[in-house]
Amino acid sequence: MLHTVNKSPFEHKALETCLRFARQGSAVLLIEDGVYAAARDTAVAKDVQEALKRVQVYALKPDVEARGMQNRVMDGVRLVDYGGFVDLVVEHNAVQSWL
Amino acid sequence: MTEENAGGVAKRFLYVNRRAPYGTIYALESLEVVLIGAAFEQDVSLAFLGDGVYQLAKGQDTKALQAKNFSPTFRALEDYDVTKLYVEKEALEARGLTAADLVVPVEVVDAARMAEIMEAQDVILSF
Repeated sequence: MLHTVNKSPFEHKALETCLRFARQGSAVLLIEDGVYAAARDTAVAKDVQEALKRVQVYALKPDVEARGMQNRVMDGVRLVDYGGFVDLVVEHNAVQSWL
Repeated sequence: MTEENAGGVAKRFLYVNRRAPYGTIYALESLEVVLIGAAFEQDVSLAFLGDGVYQLAKGQDTKALQAKNFSPTFRALEDYDVTKLYVEKEALEARGLTAADLVVPVEVVDAARMAEIMEAQDVILSF
């Protein structure tokens, strides 16, 4: 399963809920305001680090760059471009969008 | 402090920004309204709360997103005599940011001080 999260983790519960249901081996792709969750040293960084032990976490690079977060991405979170987004969709059996 | 001007009495305007840029249109729209309002020579302040602090983050590069990067526009506010920018201390800290990570000089204030600033306004516009 590929999960996508497009909301800021500081203003919404989408990421928290997603991580509660994301099973071992699934992938979480952070897009739009969801990419703020990929930053180091934030109030939610610990939750993401914990999630990285069981799921792959990706962040969409154009969204990361637009928000000026490109130098703050935590270790373990992989950046993908739009082509990478498509690859993730193809690789997984289903996509769940946590809007 | 209100002062007389050609159009009458200047009012104290506070623009409250609570949204991150790009994910929604609020941040850009707020900045547009601030720039339009600046022409009317009012006493203008801007507050950045919660995700609103992300509007001021350095290093924004929207080329791949193909959207307008409006963060440099904050540096032009000074030319419109809009110099009172207040940023919520708690919001910066939760996001691992400091004033040095922002595109313009700001005054970092705690929630209690921010509440005082809000209390002192005539008009508050929320985005």
